[in-house]
Amino acid sequence: MVRFENVGLRYGMATETLRDLTFSIEPRSFQFLTGPSGAGKTTLLRLILLSLRPTRGFISLFGRETSTLEKDDITAIRRRIGVVFQDFRLLDHLTTYQNVSLPLLVQGKEESSYRAEVQELLKWVGLGNHMDAYPPVLSGGEKQRVAIARALIMRPELLLADEPTGNVDPSMARRLLRLFVELHKSGTSVVIATHDLSLMDQFDSAQRLVLGDGRLHIYE
Amino acid sequence: MIAHSGWFSAMGDCTSMSETNHIQRTGTAGFLARMRNIGRKADIHEALPLIPESSIAGKALVTIISIMTFLATLTAGSAVLIRDASQGWSNQITQEMTIQIKPQPGRNLDVDVETAAAAVKAFPGVESVKVFSKLESSNLLEPWLGSSVSLDELPIPRLIVVKPLTGGLEIEKLREMLSEKAPHAVLDDHRLWFERLTNMANALVFAAIFVLALVITAMALAIAFATRGAMAGTRDIIDVLHFVGAHDKFISKEFQKHFFKLGLKGAAIGGFSTLAAFALAGLLLKIWNGGTGSEQIESLFGTFSLSWPGIVLIVILTILIAFLVGNISRVIVFRHLQTLR
Repeated sequence: MVRFENVGLRYGMATETLRDLTFSIEPRSFQFLTGPSGAGKTTLLRLILLSLRPTRGFISLFGRETSTLEKDDITAIRRRIGVVFQDFRLLDHLTTYQNVSLPLLVQGKEESSYRAEVQELLKWVGLGNHMDAYPPVLSGGEKQRVAIARALIMRPELLLADEPTGNVDPSMARRLLRLFVELHKSGTSVVIATHDLSLMDQFDSAQRLVLGDGRLHIYE
Repeated sequence: MIAHSGWFSAMGDCTSMSETNHIQRTGTAGFLARMRNIGRKADIHEALPLIPESSIAGKALVTIISIMTFLATLTAGSAVLIRDASQGWSNQITQEMTIQIKPQPGRNLDVDVETAAAAVKAFPGVESVKVFSKLESSNLLEPWLGSSVSLDELPIPRLIVVKPLTGGLEIEKLREMLSEKAPHAVLDDHRLWFERLTNMANALVFAAIFVLALVITAMALAIAFATRGAMAGTRDIIDVLHFVGAHDKFISKEFQKHFFKLGLKGAAIGGFSTLAAFALAGLLLKIWNGGTGSEQIESLFGTFSLSWPGIVLIVILTILIAFLVGNISRVIVFRHLQTLR
Protein backbone atom coordinates (compact mmCIF):
# COMPACT_ATOMS: atom_id res chain seq x y z
CA MET A 1 0.00 0.00 0.00
CA VAL A 2 2.75 2.45 1.02
CA ARG A 3 6.41 1.79 0.38
CA PHE A 4 9.38 4.02 1.24
CA GLU A 5 12.90 3.15 0.10
CA ASN A 6 15.88 5.21 1.27
CA VAL A 7 13.74 8.31 1.41
CA GLY A 8 15.40 11.52 2.57
CA LEU A 9 14.05 15.02 3.00
CA ARG A 10 15.86 18.25 3.59
CA TYR A 11 14.61 21.82 3.63
CA GLY A 12 16.88 24.07 1.58
CA MET A 13 20.57 23.51 2.32
CA ALA A 14 20.00 22.32 5.88
CA THR A 15 20.85 18.81 7.04
CA GLU A 16 18.29 16.15 6.27
CA THR A 17 15.21 16.22 8.48
CA LEU A 18 14.41 12.65 7.53
CA ARG A 19 16.96 10.24 6.13
CA ASP A 20 17.15 6.72 4.82
CA LEU A 21 13.53 5.91 5.59
CA THR A 22 12.73 2.42 4.43
CA PHE A 23 9.46 0.86 5.48
CA SER A 24 6.12 -0.24 4.13
CA ILE A 25 2.53 -0.03 5.29
CA GLU A 26 0.62 -3.15 4.41
CA PRO A 27 -3.11 -3.36 3.69
CA ARG A 28 -5.25 -3.92 6.82
CA SER A 29 -2.36 -3.01 9.10
CA PHE A 30 -2.24 -0.77 12.17
CA GLN A 31 0.78 1.23 13.20
CA PHE A 32 1.70 3.95 15.62
CA LEU A 33 4.15 6.52 14.39
CA THR A 34 5.93 7.95 17.39
CA GLY A 35 8.96 9.90 18.45
CA PRO A 36 9.80 13.07 20.33
CA SER A 37 8.31 16.40 19.33
CA GLY A 38 10.01 17.71 16.22
CA ALA A 39 11.21 14.26 15.20
CA GLY A 40 9.39 14.57 11.88
CA LYS A 41 6.16 12.64 12.43
CA THR A 42 3.99 15.24 10.71
CA THR A 43 6.57 15.61 7.94
CA LEU A 44 6.47 11.87 7.30
CA LEU A 45 2.67 11.94 7.15
CA ARG A 46 2.88 14.83 4.66
CA LEU A 47 5.22 12.75 2.50
CA ILE A 48 2.63 9.96 2.48
CA LEU A 49 -0.09 12.49 1.71
CA LEU A 50 1.98 13.82 -1.23
CA SER A 51 2.02 17.37 0.07
CA LEU A 52 5.82 17.21 0.26
CA ARG A 53 8.28 15.79 -2.26
CA PRO A 54 11.24 13.83 -0.93
CA THR A 55 14.67 15.13 -1.87
CA ARG A 56 15.82 11.57 -2.50
CA GLY A 57 14.58 8.02 -2.42
CA PHE A 58 11.59 6.16 -3.75
CA ILE A 59 7.99 6.35 -2.57
CA SER A 60 5.21 4.15 -3.87
CA LEU A 61 1.55 4.61 -2.99
CA PHE A 62 -1.10 2.07 -3.90
CA GLY A 63 1.35 0.52 -6.33
CA ARG A 64 2.30 3.76 -8.09
CA GLU A 65 5.64 5.48 -8.00
CA THR A 66 4.91 9.01 -6.77
CA SER A 67 7.61 11.09 -8.48
CA THR A 68 5.94 10.76 -11.86
CA LEU A 69 2.35 11.33 -10.77
CA GLU A 70 0.26 13.97 -12.52
CA LYS A 71 -1.94 16.30 -10.47
CA ASP A 72 -5.06 14.31 -11.25
CA ASP A 73 -3.32 11.12 -10.12
CA ILE A 74 -2.38 12.79 -6.85
CA THR A 75 -6.02 13.80 -6.34
CA ALA A 76 -7.15 10.24 -7.08
CA ILE A 77 -4.70 8.86 -4.52
CA ARG A 78 -5.73 11.41 -1.89
CA ARG A 79 -9.32 10.27 -2.30
CA ARG A 80 -8.18 6.86 -1.02
CA ILE A 81 -6.57 8.38 2.05
CA GLY A 82 -8.37 9.83 5.07
CA VAL A 83 -6.40 12.29 7.11
CA VAL A 84 -6.91 13.76 10.58
CA PHE A 85 -4.71 16.79 11.08
CA GLN A 86 -3.22 17.76 14.39
CA ASP A 87 -4.75 21.23 14.04
CA PHE A 88 -8.02 19.74 12.64
CA ARG A 89 -8.05 21.97 9.53
CA LEU A 90 -11.80 22.44 9.63
CA LEU A 91 -13.32 25.20 7.51
CA ASP A 92 -14.64 27.73 10.00
CA HIS A 93 -17.34 29.10 7.69
CA LEU A 94 -18.93 25.67 7.21
CA THR A 95 -21.05 23.82 9.72
CA THR A 96 -20.06 20.54 11.31
CA TYR A 97 -22.30 18.71 8.84
CA GLN A 98 -20.82 20.56 5.86
CA ASN A 99 -17.26 19.95 7.03
CA VAL A 100 -17.87 16.21 7.28
CA SER A 101 -19.61 16.23 3.87
CA LEU A 102 -16.69 18.03 2.22
CA PRO A 103 -14.89 14.98 0.74
CA LEU A 104 -18.17 13.89 -0.86
CA LEU A 105 -19.05 17.38 -2.01
CA VAL A 106 -15.75 17.91 -3.82
CA GLN A 107 -16.38 14.69 -5.72
CA GLY A 108 -19.66 16.08 -7.01
CA LYS A 109 -21.84 13.67 -5.05
CA GLU A 110 -25.51 14.44 -4.66
CA GLU A 111 -26.28 15.75 -1.19
CA SER A 112 -29.43 13.69 -0.88
CA SER A 113 -27.36 10.53 -1.43
CA TYR A 114 -25.13 11.10 1.58
CA ARG A 115 -27.15 13.26 3.95
CA ALA A 116 -28.30 10.32 6.09
CA GLU A 117 -24.83 8.78 6.26
CA VAL A 118 -23.18 12.00 7.34
CA GLN A 119 -25.84 12.51 9.98
CA GLU A 120 -25.40 8.97 11.28
CA LEU A 121 -21.64 9.24 11.37
CA LEU A 122 -21.89 12.50 13.28
CA LYS A 123 -24.20 10.82 15.77
CA TRP A 124 -21.73 7.98 16.16
CA VAL A 125 -18.97 10.37 17.06
CA GLY A 126 -21.30 12.04 19.55
CA LEU A 127 -21.97 15.19 17.56
CA GLY A 128 -25.57 14.53 16.59
CA ASN A 129 -26.65 17.68 18.38
CA HIS A 130 -23.94 19.84 16.84
CA MET A 131 -24.57 19.34 13.13
CA ASP A 132 -25.34 22.98 12.51
CA ALA A 133 -22.62 24.30 14.79
CA TYR A 134 -19.61 26.08 13.35
CA PRO A 135 -16.10 24.98 14.37
CA PRO A 136 -15.26 28.15 16.32
CA VAL A 137 -17.95 27.28 18.90
CA LEU A 138 -16.82 23.65 19.30
CA SER A 139 -14.43 22.41 21.97
CA GLY A 140 -11.07 20.93 21.00
CA GLY A 141 -12.38 17.40 21.47
CA GLU A 142 -15.46 18.10 19.36
CA LYS A 143 -13.36 19.56 16.58
CA GLN A 144 -11.16 16.49 16.76
CA ARG A 145 -14.18 14.25 16.29
CA VAL A 146 -15.44 16.34 13.36
CA ALA A 147 -12.01 15.98 11.76
CA ILE A 148 -12.11 12.22 12.34
CA ALA A 149 -15.62 11.97 10.90
CA ARG A 150 -14.49 13.91 7.82
CA ALA A 151 -11.59 11.49 7.37
CA LEU A 152 -13.86 8.46 7.71
CA ILE A 153 -16.85 9.49 5.61
CA MET A 154 -15.21 8.24 2.40
CA ARG A 155 -14.26 4.93 4.03
CA PRO A 156 -10.60 5.37 3.14
CA GLU A 157 -8.22 2.52 2.45
CA LEU A 158 -5.56 4.30 4.48
CA LEU A 159 -6.16 6.55 7.48
CA LEU A 160 -3.47 8.96 8.63
CA ALA A 161 -4.12 10.59 12.00
CA ASP A 162 -1.75 13.16 13.44
CA GLU A 163 -2.05 13.28 17.22
CA PRO A 164 -5.77 12.45 17.04
CA THR A 165 -6.08 12.25 20.82
CA GLY A 166 -3.98 15.28 21.59
CA ASN A 167 -6.92 17.49 22.46
CA VAL A 168 -9.20 15.10 24.28
CA ASP A 169 -9.30 13.71 27.80
CA PRO A 170 -8.01 10.14 28.45
CA SER A 171 -11.51 8.70 28.44
CA MET A 172 -12.34 10.20 25.01
CA ALA A 173 -8.88 9.19 23.78
CA ARG A 174 -9.67 5.55 24.60
CA ARG A 175 -13.00 5.78 22.79
CA LEU A 176 -11.40 7.30 19.70
CA LEU A 177 -8.71 4.64 19.72
CA ARG A 178 -11.43 1.99 19.80
CA LEU A 179 -12.95 3.64 16.75
CA PHE A 180 -9.64 3.45 14.89
CA VAL A 181 -9.19 -0.17 15.91
CA GLU A 182 -12.67 -1.02 14.64
CA LEU A 183 -11.92 0.81 11.44
CA HIS A 184 -8.72 -1.23 11.10
CA LYS A 185 -10.68 -4.45 11.66
CA SER A 186 -13.04 -3.44 8.90
CA GLY A 187 -10.12 -3.33 6.46
CA THR A 188 -8.58 0.12 6.65
CA SER A 189 -4.86 0.56 7.24
CA VAL A 190 -4.30 3.00 10.08
CA VAL A 191 -1.29 5.14 10.90
CA ILE A 192 -1.58 7.13 14.10
CA ALA A 193 1.13 9.65 14.86
CA THR A 194 1.36 10.14 18.62
CA HIS A 195 3.80 10.50 21.45
CA ASP A 196 1.24 9.27 23.96
CA LEU A 197 2.77 6.02 25.27
CA SER A 198 -0.32 5.10 27.28
CA LEU A 199 -2.39 5.24 24.11
CA MET A 200 0.01 2.88 22.35
CA ASP A 201 -0.01 0.50 25.30
CA GLN A 202 -3.75 0.07 24.82
CA PHE A 203 -3.17 -1.62 21.47
CA ASP A 204 -0.08 -3.74 21.85
CA SER A 205 -0.36 -5.63 18.59
CA ALA A 206 0.16 -2.51 16.50
CA GLN A 207 3.42 -1.99 14.71
CA ARG A 208 5.43 0.91 16.11
CA LEU A 209 7.37 3.21 13.82
CA VAL A 210 9.70 5.29 15.95
CA LEU A 211 11.35 8.40 14.53
CA GLY A 212 14.50 9.70 16.11
CA ASP A 213 17.40 11.73 14.74
CA GLY A 214 15.71 11.70 11.36
CA ARG A 215 15.79 7.92 11.13
CA LEU A 216 12.99 5.39 11.48
CA HIS A 217 13.10 2.35 13.75
CA ILE A 218 10.43 -0.30 13.40
CA TYR A 219 9.20 -2.42 16.31
CA GLU A 220 6.74 -5.22 15.59
CA MET B 1 -15.80 -1.86 3.54
CA ILE B 2 -16.41 -0.59 7.05
CA ALA B 3 -18.76 -2.73 9.07
CA HIS B 4 -21.56 -0.82 10.69
CA SER B 5 -21.61 -2.97 13.84
CA GLY B 6 -17.92 -2.29 14.39
CA TRP B 7 -18.40 1.45 14.25
CA PHE B 8 -21.37 1.34 16.48
CA SER B 9 -19.81 -0.81 19.18
CA ALA B 10 -16.69 1.32 19.12
CA MET B 11 -18.56 4.59 19.44
CA GLY B 12 -21.30 3.38 21.72
CA ASP B 13 -19.86 5.32 24.62
CA CYS B 14 -19.72 8.52 22.57
CA THR B 15 -23.37 8.64 21.65
CA SER B 16 -26.37 9.60 23.73
CA MET B 17 -29.22 7.23 24.46
CA SER B 18 -31.48 8.84 21.89
CA GLU B 19 -28.77 8.58 19.26
CA THR B 20 -28.25 4.93 20.17
CA ASN B 21 -31.94 4.27 19.70
CA HIS B 22 -31.88 6.04 16.37
CA ILE B 23 -29.03 3.89 15.06
CA GLN B 24 -30.66 0.74 16.37
CA ARG B 25 -33.82 1.71 14.52
CA THR B 26 -32.08 2.47 11.23
CA GLY B 27 -29.98 -0.70 11.38
CA THR B 28 -26.74 -1.84 9.78
CA ALA B 29 -28.23 -2.97 6.49
CA GLY B 30 -29.92 0.35 5.86
CA PHE B 31 -26.75 2.27 6.60
CA LEU B 32 -24.61 0.16 4.26
CA ALA B 33 -27.23 0.33 1.53
CA ARG B 34 -27.24 4.11 1.69
CA MET B 35 -23.45 4.22 1.73
CA ARG B 36 -23.48 2.30 -1.55
CA ASN B 37 -25.90 4.81 -3.03
CA ILE B 38 -23.41 7.64 -2.82
CA GLY B 39 -22.70 8.57 -6.37
CA ARG B 40 -24.60 11.09 -8.48
CA LYS B 41 -24.16 14.81 -9.21
CA ALA B 42 -24.40 17.44 -6.50
CA ASP B 43 -27.32 19.67 -5.58
CA ILE B 44 -26.19 21.20 -2.25
CA HIS B 45 -23.03 22.17 -4.11
CA GLU B 46 -24.64 25.30 -5.50
CA ALA B 47 -25.74 26.47 -2.09
CA LEU B 48 -22.52 25.80 -0.22
CA PRO B 49 -19.88 28.49 -0.59
CA LEU B 50 -16.49 26.89 -0.05
CA ILE B 51 -14.85 30.30 -0.19
CA PRO B 52 -16.13 32.59 2.61
CA GLU B 53 -18.51 35.13 1.10
CA SER B 54 -17.95 38.07 3.40
CA SER B 55 -14.55 39.56 3.89
CA ILE B 56 -13.00 43.00 3.97
CA ALA B 57 -11.23 42.23 0.68
CA GLY B 58 -14.57 41.22 -0.83
CA LYS B 59 -16.23 44.48 0.17
CA ALA B 60 -13.32 46.50 -1.21
CA LEU B 61 -13.49 44.54 -4.44
CA VAL B 62 -17.23 45.15 -4.81
CA THR B 63 -16.52 48.88 -4.37
CA ILE B 64 -13.76 48.82 -7.00
CA ILE B 65 -15.91 46.86 -9.45
CA SER B 66 -18.88 49.19 -8.94
CA ILE B 67 -16.71 52.28 -9.54
CA MET B 68 -15.07 50.73 -12.60
CA THR B 69 -18.42 49.55 -13.97
CA PHE B 70 -19.86 53.02 -13.39
CA LEU B 71 -16.99 54.58 -15.36
CA ALA B 72 -17.17 51.95 -18.11
CA THR B 73 -20.93 52.16 -18.56
CA LEU B 74 -20.91 55.96 -18.25
CA THR B 75 -18.33 56.07 -21.05
CA ALA B 76 -20.34 53.64 -23.18
CA GLY B 77 -23.59 55.51 -22.47
CA SER B 78 -21.94 58.82 -23.36
CA ALA B 79 -20.67 57.33 -26.63
CA VAL B 80 -24.21 56.22 -27.50
CA LEU B 81 -25.54 59.65 -26.52
CA ILE B 82 -22.99 61.38 -28.76
CA ARG B 83 -23.71 59.00 -31.62
CA ASP B 84 -27.46 59.60 -31.26
CA ALA B 85 -26.95 63.37 -31.03
CA SER B 86 -24.68 63.33 -34.08
CA GLN B 87 -27.36 61.39 -35.93
CA GLY B 88 -29.89 64.02 -34.87
CA TRP B 89 -27.65 66.88 -35.98
CA SER B 90 -27.01 65.28 -39.36
CA ASN B 91 -30.73 64.65 -39.86
CA GLN B 92 -31.50 68.26 -39.08
CA ILE B 93 -28.73 69.55 -41.30
CA THR B 94 -29.44 67.34 -44.29
CA GLN B 95 -33.15 68.14 -44.10
CA GLU B 96 -32.58 71.65 -45.33
CA MET B 97 -30.23 73.80 -47.41
CA THR B 98 -29.66 77.53 -47.46
CA ILE B 99 -29.38 79.90 -50.41
CA GLN B 100 -27.65 83.18 -49.60
CA ILE B 101 -28.04 86.15 -51.92
CA LYS B 102 -25.72 89.06 -51.25
CA PRO B 103 -26.67 92.61 -52.25
CA GLN B 104 -24.83 93.70 -55.41
CA PRO B 105 -24.40 97.29 -56.65
CA GLY B 106 -26.81 98.03 -59.48
CA ARG B 107 -29.06 95.07 -58.77
CA ASN B 108 -32.42 94.85 -57.06
CA LEU B 109 -32.01 92.39 -54.20
CA ASP B 110 -35.74 91.71 -53.81
CA VAL B 111 -36.02 90.81 -57.50
CA ASP B 112 -32.99 88.53 -57.30
CA VAL B 113 -34.49 86.80 -54.26
CA GLU B 114 -37.85 86.33 -55.95
CA THR B 115 -36.22 85.01 -59.13
CA ALA B 116 -34.08 82.56 -57.22
CA ALA B 117 -37.00 81.41 -55.00
CA ALA B 118 -39.26 80.85 -58.01
CA ALA B 119 -36.56 78.92 -59.88
CA VAL B 120 -35.80 76.72 -56.86
CA LYS B 121 -39.47 76.11 -56.12
CA ALA B 122 -39.92 74.80 -59.68
CA PHE B 123 -36.84 72.57 -59.44
CA PRO B 124 -37.59 68.82 -59.17
CA GLY B 125 -36.98 67.33 -55.74
CA VAL B 126 -37.74 70.46 -53.75
CA GLU B 127 -40.45 70.07 -51.17
CA SER B 128 -40.73 73.65 -49.96
CA VAL B 129 -39.01 77.01 -50.06
CA LYS B 130 -39.06 79.64 -47.34
CA VAL B 131 -37.84 83.13 -48.15
CA PHE B 132 -36.56 85.13 -45.20
CA SER B 133 -37.83 88.71 -45.48
CA LYS B 134 -35.52 91.64 -44.89
CA LEU B 135 -36.90 91.99 -41.37
CA GLU B 136 -36.42 88.29 -40.62
CA SER B 137 -32.86 88.44 -41.97
CA SER B 138 -32.18 91.48 -39.81
CA ASN B 139 -33.62 89.71 -36.77
CA LEU B 140 -31.09 86.90 -37.22
CA LEU B 141 -28.33 89.44 -36.63
CA GLU B 142 -29.94 91.08 -33.66
CA PRO B 143 -28.42 88.73 -31.03
CA TRP B 144 -24.94 89.80 -32.18
CA LEU B 145 -25.49 93.48 -33.02
CA GLY B 146 -28.21 94.40 -30.54
CA SER B 147 -31.62 95.98 -31.14
CA SER B 148 -30.43 99.57 -30.94
CA VAL B 149 -28.45 99.40 -34.16
CA SER B 150 -30.30 100.37 -37.34
CA LEU B 151 -29.75 97.64 -39.90
CA ASP B 152 -31.41 99.44 -42.79
CA GLU B 153 -28.12 100.93 -43.95
CA LEU B 154 -26.23 97.65 -43.84
CA PRO B 155 -25.96 95.37 -46.89
CA ILE B 156 -27.56 92.38 -45.25
CA PRO B 157 -27.66 89.20 -47.36
CA ARG B 158 -31.06 87.54 -47.81
CA LEU B 159 -31.67 83.92 -47.10
CA ILE B 160 -33.83 81.27 -48.76
CA VAL B 161 -34.29 77.99 -46.85
CA VAL B 162 -34.89 75.03 -49.15
CA LYS B 163 -36.40 71.78 -47.83
CA PRO B 164 -35.66 68.93 -50.25
CA LEU B 165 -37.66 65.78 -50.71
CA THR B 166 -35.87 62.81 -49.18
CA GLY B 167 -33.29 61.55 -51.70
CA GLY B 168 -34.97 63.35 -54.56
CA LEU B 169 -32.82 66.43 -55.06
CA GLU B 170 -29.75 66.64 -57.29
CA ILE B 171 -27.75 69.33 -55.57
CA GLU B 172 -25.13 69.88 -58.30
CA LYS B 173 -27.82 70.43 -60.95
CA LEU B 174 -29.60 72.85 -58.59
CA ARG B 175 -26.32 74.71 -58.11
CA GLU B 176 -25.83 74.93 -61.94
CA MET B 177 -29.36 76.13 -62.43
CA LEU B 178 -28.92 78.80 -59.73
CA SER B 179 -25.67 80.08 -61.29
CA GLU B 180 -27.61 80.69 -64.51
CA LYS B 181 -30.79 82.19 -63.03
CA ALA B 182 -29.31 84.05 -60.02
CA PRO B 183 -25.53 84.39 -60.45
CA HIS B 184 -25.02 85.99 -57.04
CA ALA B 185 -26.83 83.25 -55.12
CA VAL B 186 -24.70 80.86 -53.11
CA LEU B 187 -26.12 77.44 -52.27
CA ASP B 188 -24.92 75.98 -48.97
CA ASP B 189 -25.87 72.32 -48.47
CA HIS B 190 -24.07 72.27 -45.06
CA ARG B 191 -21.87 69.40 -46.24
CA LEU B 192 -18.68 70.88 -44.82
CA TRP B 193 -20.33 71.50 -41.47
CA PHE B 194 -21.86 68.02 -41.51
CA GLU B 195 -18.51 66.36 -42.30
CA ARG B 196 -16.78 68.21 -39.48
CA LEU B 197 -19.58 67.31 -37.12
CA THR B 198 -19.46 63.65 -38.14
CA ASN B 199 -15.68 63.56 -37.75
CA MET B 200 -15.92 65.12 -34.32
CA ALA B 201 -18.64 62.69 -33.25
CA ASN B 202 -16.67 59.71 -34.57
CA ALA B 203 -13.55 60.92 -32.77
CA LEU B 204 -15.52 61.19 -29.55
CA VAL B 205 -16.98 57.70 -29.98
CA PHE B 206 -13.50 56.24 -30.66
CA ALA B 207 -12.14 58.09 -27.63
CA ALA B 208 -14.97 56.62 -25.57
CA ILE B 209 -14.17 53.11 -26.81
CA PHE B 210 -10.50 53.66 -25.93
CA VAL B 211 -11.40 54.89 -22.44
CA LEU B 212 -13.76 51.93 -22.05
CA ALA B 213 -10.93 49.54 -22.99
CA LEU B 214 -8.63 51.24 -20.48
CA VAL B 215 -11.22 51.04 -17.71
CA ILE B 216 -11.89 47.35 -18.40
CA THR B 217 -8.14 46.61 -18.51
CA ALA B 218 -7.65 48.42 -15.21
CA MET B 219 -10.56 46.47 -13.77
CA ALA B 220 -9.13 43.15 -15.02
CA LEU B 221 -5.81 43.96 -13.34
CA ALA B 222 -7.60 44.90 -10.12
CA ILE B 223 -9.49 41.58 -10.22
CA ALA B 224 -6.24 39.71 -10.86
CA PHE B 225 -4.58 41.29 -7.82
CA ALA B 226 -7.69 40.80 -5.70
CA THR B 227 -7.85 37.12 -6.71
CA ARG B 228 -4.22 36.60 -5.77
CA GLY B 229 -4.89 38.36 -2.47
CA ALA B 230 -7.96 36.22 -1.85
CA MET B 231 -5.97 33.08 -2.65
CA ALA B 232 -3.28 34.05 -0.17
CA GLY B 233 -5.99 34.62 2.42
CA THR B 234 -7.66 31.30 1.69
CA ARG B 235 -4.54 29.16 1.34
CA ASP B 236 -5.67 26.99 4.27
CA ILE B 237 -9.01 26.35 2.58
CA ILE B 238 -7.29 25.44 -0.69
CA ASP B 239 -5.00 23.02 1.17
CA VAL B 240 -7.94 21.35 2.90
CA LEU B 241 -9.83 21.05 -0.38
CA HIS B 242 -6.77 19.43 -1.96
CA PHE B 243 -6.35 17.02 0.94
CA VAL B 244 -9.97 15.89 0.81
CA GLY B 245 -9.58 15.14 -2.89
CA ALA B 246 -10.71 18.26 -4.76
CA HIS B 247 -9.46 18.74 -8.32
CA ASP B 248 -7.90 22.07 -9.31
CA LYS B 249 -10.80 22.61 -11.69
CA PHE B 250 -13.27 22.23 -8.81
CA ILE B 251 -11.38 24.73 -6.63
CA SER B 252 -10.99 27.27 -9.44
CA LYS B 253 -14.73 26.98 -10.17
CA GLU B 254 -15.44 27.71 -6.52
CA PHE B 255 -13.33 30.85 -6.81
CA GLN B 256 -15.10 31.71 -10.06
CA LYS B 257 -18.49 31.44 -8.33
CA HIS B 258 -17.25 33.53 -5.44
CA PHE B 259 -15.86 36.28 -7.66
CA PHE B 260 -18.81 36.13 -10.06
CA LYS B 261 -21.11 36.95 -7.13
CA LEU B 262 -18.86 39.83 -6.08
CA GLY B 263 -18.63 40.95 -9.71
CA LEU B 264 -22.38 40.77 -10.21
CA LYS B 265 -22.99 42.79 -7.06
CA GLY B 266 -20.39 45.44 -7.95
CA ALA B 267 -21.38 45.59 -11.62
CA ALA B 268 -25.09 45.87 -10.76
CA ILE B 269 -24.38 48.79 -8.42
CA GLY B 270 -22.18 50.48 -11.06
CA GLY B 271 -24.60 49.88 -13.95
CA PHE B 272 -27.62 51.02 -11.95
CA SER B 273 -25.72 54.15 -10.86
CA THR B 274 -25.01 54.99 -14.50
CA LEU B 275 -28.68 54.59 -15.50
CA ALA B 276 -29.64 56.71 -12.49
CA ALA B 277 -27.02 59.33 -13.44
CA PHE B 278 -28.41 59.65 -16.99
CA ALA B 279 -31.98 59.79 -15.69
CA LEU B 280 -30.99 62.45 -13.16
CA ALA B 281 -29.17 64.49 -15.84
CA GLY B 282 -32.29 64.37 -18.04
CA LEU B 283 -34.48 65.39 -15.11
CA LEU B 284 -32.21 68.27 -14.16
CA LEU B 285 -32.22 69.45 -17.78
CA LYS B 286 -36.01 69.44 -17.77
CA ILE B 287 -36.14 71.38 -14.50
CA TRP B 288 -33.48 73.74 -15.79
CA ASN B 289 -35.32 74.16 -19.09
CA GLY B 290 -35.21 77.75 -20.30
CA GLY B 291 -31.95 78.56 -18.57
CA THR B 292 -29.05 80.08 -20.48
CA GLY B 293 -26.97 76.91 -20.76
CA SER B 294 -29.82 74.43 -21.13
CA GLU B 295 -30.59 75.41 -24.71
CA GLN B 296 -26.99 74.79 -25.78
CA ILE B 297 -26.89 71.44 -24.00
CA GLU B 298 -30.24 70.45 -25.42
CA SER B 299 -29.20 71.44 -28.91
CA LEU B 300 -26.07 69.31 -28.51
CA PHE B 301 -27.42 66.26 -26.68
CA GLY B 302 -31.18 66.50 -27.12
CA THR B 303 -33.03 65.84 -23.86
CA PHE B 304 -29.94 64.02 -22.50
CA SER B 305 -31.98 60.84 -22.28
CA LEU B 306 -30.46 57.51 -23.29
CA SER B 307 -32.05 55.64 -26.15
CA TRP B 308 -33.06 51.97 -25.72
CA PRO B 309 -29.86 50.74 -27.42
CA GLY B 310 -27.89 52.76 -24.86
CA ILE B 311 -29.80 51.23 -21.93
CA VAL B 312 -29.43 47.73 -23.38
CA LEU B 313 -25.69 48.35 -23.91
CA ILE B 314 -25.27 49.35 -20.25
CA VAL B 315 -27.15 46.25 -19.05
CA ILE B 316 -25.11 43.98 -21.34
CA LEU B 317 -21.85 45.62 -20.21
CA THR B 318 -22.87 45.12 -16.58
CA ILE B 319 -23.51 41.40 -17.11
CA LEU B 320 -20.32 41.02 -19.17
CA ILE B 321 -18.27 42.65 -16.42
CA ALA B 322 -19.66 40.17 -13.86
CA PHE B 323 -18.72 37.25 -16.13
CA LEU B 324 -15.33 38.83 -16.82
CA VAL B 325 -14.62 39.07 -13.10
CA GLY B 326 -15.58 35.42 -12.54
CA ASN B 327 -13.58 34.12 -15.48
CA ILE B 328 -10.45 36.13 -14.76
CA SER B 329 -10.37 34.78 -11.21
CA ARG B 330 -10.96 31.20 -12.41
CA VAL B 331 -8.08 31.36 -14.88
CA ILE B 332 -5.71 32.93 -12.35
CA VAL B 333 -6.64 30.44 -9.63
CA PHE B 334 -6.34 27.48 -11.97
CA ARG B 335 -2.92 28.58 -13.21
CA HIS B 336 -1.74 29.14 -9.66
CA LEU B 337 -3.06 25.76 -8.49
CA GLN B 338 -1.19 24.06 -11.31
CA THR B 339 2.05 25.26 -9.74
CA LEU B 340 1.16 23.76 -6.34
CA ARG B 341 1.83 20.18 -5.35
